[in-house]
Amino acid sequence: MAEYTIKVRRFQPESGEGPYWEEFGVDLEPSLSVLDALLQAKDRDDGSLAVRCSCRAAICGSCGMKINGQSTLGCKTQIGEAQEQADKMLSATGATADVAESPIRGVGEGIMGTESGPDIETAPLEVDGAAPIVIEPMGNMPVVKDLVTDMESTHWKKIRRVTPWLLPHGAPPEREYVVEPESMIDITQSMACIQCGACVSSCLSMEADPEFIGPAALAKAYRFVGDPRDAETVERLTDLAHDPHGIYDCTHCFSCVDACPKGVAPMDQIMRLRRKAGEEGIHDPNSGHDHEIAFVKIIEKKGTLDESLLLQESFAPGVIGKLKPTKRAIREMLGSLPTAFRGIKTGKMRSLPKLIPGVHHKLPGGAQDEVKAIYEHAEAHNEEFNLYIKGEEGDLVDEPDVEKGAERSTSPENPEAK
Amino acid sequence: MPTHDVLVIGAGLAGQRAALAAAEEGVSVGIISKVHPVRSHSNAAQGGINAALNPDDTWESHAFDTVKGSDYLGDQDAIEVMAREAPEEILEMEHLGVTFHRNEEGRLGTRAFGGASAARTYYVADITGQAIMHVLYEQLMKYSEQVARYEEWFCTSLAMDEAGECCGVVTRNIADGSMELFQAKAVILACGGNGQVWKPTTNALICTGDGIAMAYRVGAKLMDMEMIQYHPTTLAGKGFLITEGARGEGAHLLNKNGERFMEKYAPNKMELASRDVVSRAEQTEINEGRGFPDGTVALDITVVPKKRVHEALREIVLVGRDFAGVDITREPIHIKPGNHYTMGGVKTDVEGRTDIPGLYAAGETACVSVHGGNRLGANSLLDTLIFGRHSGVDAAKRAKRIEGSKPSKKVLEEEEAMIADINSREKGSGRRVSEIKLELGQTMDKYVAVFRDEAGIQQALETVRRLKEEAQSAYIDDHGAVFNQDLVAAIELGYMIDNAECTCIAALERKESRGAQYRTDFPERNDEEWLKHIDLERTDDGPELSYSEVTITQWQPEARTY
Repeated sequence: MAEYTIKVRRFQPESGEGPYWEEFGVDLEPSLSVLDALLQAKDRDDGSLAVRCSCRAAICGSCGMKINGQSTLGCKTQIGEAQEQADKMLSATGATADVAESPIRGVGEGIMGTESGPDIETAPLEVDGAAPIVIEPMGNMPVVKDLVTDMESTHWKKIRRVTPWLLPHGAPPEREYVVEPESMIDITQSMACIQCGACVSSCLSMEADPEFIGPAALAKAYRFVGDPRDAETVERLTDLAHDPHGIYDCTHCFSCVDACPKGVAPMDQIMRLRRKAGEEGIHDPNSGHDHEIAFVKIIEKKGTLDESLLLQESFAPGVIGKLKPTKRAIREMLGSLPTAFRGIKTGKMRSLPKLIPGVHHKLPGGAQDEVKAIYEHAEAHNEEFNLYIKGEEGDLVDEPDVEKGAERSTSPENPEAK
Repeated sequence: MPTHDVLVIGAGLAGQRAALAAAEEGVSVGIISKVHPVRSHSNAAQGGINAALNPDDTWESHAFDTVKGSDYLGDQDAIEVMAREAPEEILEMEHLGVTFHRNEEGRLGTRAFGGASAARTYYVADITGQAIMHVLYEQLMKYSEQVARYEEWFCTSLAMDEAGECCGVVTRNIADGSMELFQAKAVILACGGNGQVWKPTTNALICTGDGIAMAYRVGAKLMDMEMIQYHPTTLAGKGFLITEGARGEGAHLLNKNGERFMEKYAPNKMELASRDVVSRAEQTEINEGRGFPDGTVALDITVVPKKRVHEALREIVLVGRDFAGVDITREPIHIKPGNHYTMGGVKTDVEGRTDIPGLYAAGETACVSVHGGNRLGANSLLDTLIFGRHSGVDAAKRAKRIEGSKPSKKVLEEEEAMIADINSREKGSGRRVSEIKLELGQTMDKYVAVFRDEAGIQQALETVRRLKEEAQSAYIDDHGAVFNQDLVAAIELGYMIDNAECTCIAALERKESRGAQYRTDFPERNDEEWLKHIDLERTDDGPELSYSEVTITQWQPEARTY
């Protein structure tokens, strides 16, 4: 048994008050979960503490929440580990996760804590003793009560957006559909999704664009796109590529891969959707696919990103170094100018000369060759792997020195995820 | 008043299958669940689903294995229906999109499972229940015009008309606390089992026997309530499940001396004997001092090739790592028998009909009885789909046939008064709901578990009756309307206590050892006196006992060895 302090971001909608922090003392084995801690507080101290939960074993997907700022499942996070993490954060930054909180939205309201309620007070830092374990409701979702969020409006609506059911053509065969065994194992990775919303909660693209279809729904979409029994692959891909909030709205930040408690690696599924869209020759209005290819090629050639080439290469591929833009590229490039200027103004692009073709700096020493070697290695190992086929990194190798790799649950090798 | 032809309570596999089947018959359907449907406990079914689909296999073989597994208490007419219709149902699920494992030819592939004479378990890695349930939910989304979903609505009572037929339910919308009386021509209870009556259990927190208790309270008969399965491989402490698929893939059970002890108890089937047999073997090893100090034996999965473990037992790798700190591909994991499944439940026929017109039950809530004294692994998913579908179809037929009657507002008022009463109890006036629940669970796990005797069961029954009294004055903290889980827990506690009382009464009554009921004071099976079901009916003085015959078609009881 050990004693812990959990600090919960609470919101009681009927109280008329805004959100507030409340600390609970709990004592339990370090191997028990943060959900166990919450249930102990609920059972012993305050039955009104609301948290969805059911299986306690990371299969029902009810208890998505943020623990020390990280989106995850309460039942899957050991309290001892959460404590270590909180302590580490405090010693590294001098603050716990409750300081840098994002505003929470209430159902049918504006942003609470900024618009419709007072800012919640931040407790003074604990100087001596352990840092409290900070527990908050999931992000990118309105809060209903305490840790309970409204998943319908932010999660399920988007799941339904991707036509989440199999669309085979014609009558089913007399017996089963005969398909490649690997194809079923491949989509089993996205079938492993338990719809907990942790990826949605962590998604930075969705924070910027609430309309983004998002990691969970796109992973669900791959479950059909990758299913050989589904007959509407091209229609699905076209739809998702053309939607401005679709597959090209993902910014590759890996947050969802880190947050996912089931190794679904939603971002990898999004990358698979993109690759398949490219293979099908689907040209979306935003040139998302060509942009991606341009990105890869420029870095292959130059070692770093030469922004001066990116736009023209995205809209008129194949002319690296030679300025020969198409009409459409010119139109798009002109349209992109405000973004470019904003980038320069805010310091995202360091200087105007970077936009002039040909002035891109050279990489020092043999760095350029190293980049090329990485490309060659990746292309030589261009095989599709996921957790169900390959296991975790290093799992199939028995040398003890690869054990480190097994610590990360969500690191399937995917050459697309560059 | 929201009105549907058919109302389904519970949205796990049985409920969702029933709803889809009823909708296909062209009636209006509502499905009510206290959690979002994909949170339902069918998720936890890891290993697979049985069907004699392989041309070398026969439904008779599947049926016989099930009869033998049930220790001859299963009704053979129902078992025949289940085994015969299983292949068609698997194909139906495959066509809807379930990503079943394929063999090298790209056809459905199988794995071995306990108590089965052929490898007939179809599976999706070790997330079979989850995979099927999410596919059914896809179908519910597809047919949202035909099936109205009430997600996070909690049922507090069934509504009966003057003729004694079931005509609706009283519910509470958990999101806002509003109470609603639903009208229906048929109500299907598919609320799962009662595992939370025991602690620890593999069951989710939501498995509180709601359907069984609601049916019991309106006078439906319960059956085989003494038959509670203890699964052979659960983690000590929290009771998490390690799939039987692990043993199906070849894992060994070892005692602390490293002996493969199943040689003594089931020399032919070894680790793949029926669950009751394996659980008793483990408990015997533990009781006789050959277990580990934490009251466990070991499950050794390291003998299964690593690639196969990752492909077929992925979830168990995660459970071992996250909840036991063990890498199952490198070392054995400590396990013990733990509460897992309710074989008994609301007595129904093969169409899911209870003895109350208009009231149906399916899945773990129901007792058809296909599992009898012991359920075979991978038969529970099958049970939910087959009898979920039967209930849905028959309920729809009834709905087309009858006029239906409007439930009286009185039942709604009664439920509102019940809730007002709970809310009126002052803090400290009685015990906390959570305390009573804990004592109930520990009591049942101590006395009504793998080995039972009269004194122990009697002790449990007395405790349960005291807790029933105490529950009358138990208080809660939350008096609000929005997402009041405290109130829901107080009502669930009442359901759980009714379940516990019935199990104790039936376990006391059955003076023999059969399937999951092992009485140390009556260690033999006694077909002469006890080849019969124990039925229970509610009276004001507690459950009233009666008996019903076991249906035997072609398999006469014989000695059961594995």
